[in-house]
Amino acid sequence: MSREIRISKGLDIHLLGEANKEIKDSLAPKSVALKPLDYIGITPKLLIDVGDKVEIGTPVFYSKEKPNIKFVSPISGEIQEVKRGAKRVIQEIIIKNDNQNTYKDFGSLSLASLSKEELKNKMLESGLWTLLRQRPYDVIPKEDTLPKYIIVKGFDSAPLAVDYNFALKREKAFLQLGIDVLKKLTDKTIYLSINPQTTCEDILSLQNVEKICFKGKHPYGNVSIQAEKISPINKGERIWYINLLDVLTLGKFFTEGKYDASKIIALTGEELKFPSYYRVIRGTAIEDIIKDNVNTNKHLRYISGNVLTGTRIEKEGYLGAFDNQITVIEEGDYKEGLGWMMPGLNKFSVSHTFPRGFFARCSKKPFSIDSNLHGSQRAYVFTGEFEKVLPMDIYPMHLIKACLSKDIDRMEELGIYEVDAEDFALCEVIDVSKTEIQTIIRNGLELMRKELGE
Amino acid sequence: MNFVEKFFDKQRPKVQKGAKYHWLASTFEAFESFSFVSDKTAGRKGAHFRDAIDMKRAMIVVVFALVPALLFGMYNVGYQHFLSHRESATFWATFFYGFWRVLPMIVVSYVVGLAIEFAFAQIRNEEVNEGYLVTGLIIPMICPPDTPLWQLALAVVFAVIIGKEVFGGTGMNFMNPALVARAFLFFSYPSQMSGDMVWIFDKGDAISGATPLAELAVGQNTSTSLCDMITGFIPGCVGETSFIAIMIGAFILLVSNIASWRTMLSIFVGGAIMGLIFNAIGSNEYMNVPFYQHFFMGGFAFGAVFMATDPVTSAHTNTGKYIYGFLIGVMAVLIRVINPAYPEGMMLAILLLNVFAPLIDYYVVEANIRRRKNRVKLASTK
Repeated sequence: MSREIRISKGLDIHLLGEANKEIKDSLAPKSVALKPLDYIGITPKLLIDVGDKVEIGTPVFYSKEKPNIKFVSPISGEIQEVKRGAKRVIQEIIIKNDNQNTYKDFGSLSLASLSKEELKNKMLESGLWTLLRQRPYDVIPKEDTLPKYIIVKGFDSAPLAVDYNFALKREKAFLQLGIDVLKKLTDKTIYLSINPQTTCEDILSLQNVEKICFKGKHPYGNVSIQAEKISPINKGERIWYINLLDVLTLGKFFTEGKYDASKIIALTGEELKFPSYYRVIRGTAIEDIIKDNVNTNKHLRYISGNVLTGTRIEKEGYLGAFDNQITVIEEGDYKEGLGWMMPGLNKFSVSHTFPRGFFARCSKKPFSIDSNLHGSQRAYVFTGEFEKVLPMDIYPMHLIKACLSKDIDRMEELGIYEVDAEDFALCEVIDVSKTEIQTIIRNGLELMRKELGE
Repeated sequence: MNFVEKFFDKQRPKVQKGAKYHWLASTFEAFESFSFVSDKTAGRKGAHFRDAIDMKRAMIVVVFALVPALLFGMYNVGYQHFLSHRESATFWATFFYGFWRVLPMIVVSYVVGLAIEFAFAQIRNEEVNEGYLVTGLIIPMICPPDTPLWQLALAVVFAVIIGKEVFGGTGMNFMNPALVARAFLFFSYPSQMSGDMVWIFDKGDAISGATPLAELAVGQNTSTSLCDMITGFIPGCVGETSFIAIMIGAFILLVSNIASWRTMLSIFVGGAIMGLIFNAIGSNEYMNVPFYQHFFMGGFAFGAVFMATDPVTSAHTNTGKYIYGFLIGVMAVLIRVINPAYPEGMMLAILLLNVFAPLIDYYVVEANIRRRKNRVKLASTK
């Protein structure tokens, strides 16, 4: 019997464009990209040059701050381009696929025969260490640290997210091995978060984990909310977390002895003709997947990730490192005459000043959305709204203002260690003042990280 | 709308930085965003869609909520005028008499206030905040219908500059600007702001013209019936007299979730409890006024619904809102009954608690901080 935790606050946003339950293969992209900017606090140092040949698992770059952590190529081929932005910051390392699928050899990988130290080295070398993330700050953990406990995210509550029941069906052996690897690595309690919709026996029957069933609404799938209920992160404490979809990759690596960079993602959003699941390579170019699959008569926005926390990418862009979803919505770059005064019968809103907002909390009828801000930035006027969508013992407005004023002591007092930018996504959506709250919180966290260290 | 869009597109280069009319940039933006919701889209990373509500939408709801009280107030201005002259007039004549008296007050309030807002927005290089749309309508509604327009204009100037802009503008002020305007008038021009003459425009001699509060303050029981107080056919400030019209506004604000029910409810609870305490003491006429009657007299209901709930100047935390509201209710009745120098306690009660709201929040947030610190201590002792 698993523990049950009920979370009353929050908000589920139902959107059009849910993925159909069928998996299509798209395992031979023309190219893939590694995006160092997806990892927080990493200054990439290249190990290869343009034109070099790589195998699946060949290290491409390492982190200047944590030199043992390698980032590896998910395909075999040739380094095509290193894209740099302002101040020569590396944005993308693009690798052209040669479709040979040659694998780098990592030696013996039997879990039983590996010592803890060897296990850690294998993970660092193979790039699998980068699947782990640490709170606070959402960084890749340093290899010489240990967490208070580990959370394995067993469900995703974001809009149109991947259904883990479906994506992880019949993968039990891999998942179990992945969990065992984590257990051996840290010897700490591993919590697997599930929700009442988790019906897949392959997930429910996993051993060596403490299962906790969360009941509630988004953001109850977020690690911060789960961690607060399990045991809050105090100053100086660290926890690790990993997505159950990535545990699968971990398990496959130690079973098959080679780096299998495939994963299942959901292709979602109302502008897709056939939203469905795809088996892809990490960092895949999205062009092949979305080709002929989108409504071409509109200006579209392609998002790597979900609509709450994702990153806008180009049509020719690549899937982000931690994203399990591609969402395509309409770009809202239109003007609307007297839009603020109109009844707005079909507009997305959870405020009671719009007809559908009135029933947003009880109706499951999906909304149609676009990226228009519906206004411009204003001073913070309204209070008490953010609290309704942030199910934590935190004063969101006070924390946001502390971040804006760069007041480190205040941020610490108000609980910055317990949160991450993604937890404020719903606040950002409902904000009347149209501020970029996730960016504000991220900047606050980065300030803390730089001043106080990880 | 197409030609309007073209008009704005044509004018835009003229107000850009370095152009001749750059000093009108904020004004241009204000009018453009009034006509069109902008085409700005979400950033590269973060939430990629937003709620359709914006500040304009929220403020227009408050303006809608004020309309019943305003329309009734216009009618009542005419009604009281004709009553005091023992004249009878048709419904529309009565209404339009009041309408033409109140309209100049609204125009003066908006023109003066918005001009200052636009100027400050330009100085700060910001867009114009919509807060004054509400403040500018509330100010004439809480003034006696007899207020000279130049005094009103002066009060608006004082309220917007000293009450709001010096602290950083909308969202940063700690006192409700509308009440600052009212307090300015009350203390600067006491002879025109109280007494028996001011509550009726161009008063005749047929009725005394004293408000129930004024009568009670001098120790007489009020001659006004409870029914009149609830419907609002009594002399008083333009928008404050009708309890029913104000409650329609309260309904709009609560259903649309714009105003906090926590504040509103706790003000009435606080007022009722203080009223009951005075009833129990009962040593003079004023103390014996039934506790519920306080809700219908003076600016109690209007203040509770439209002014104490101003989210910027009220307490920001939910717990704080209960305390803030409760104390407003208590203070309003306390000032009314105990201090005969100020017949109306609501204005002072709200201003007082505006000043204390940050302190209330401080202790509420401090409790949260202490919980967190205790947790660390507990974890380290384990």
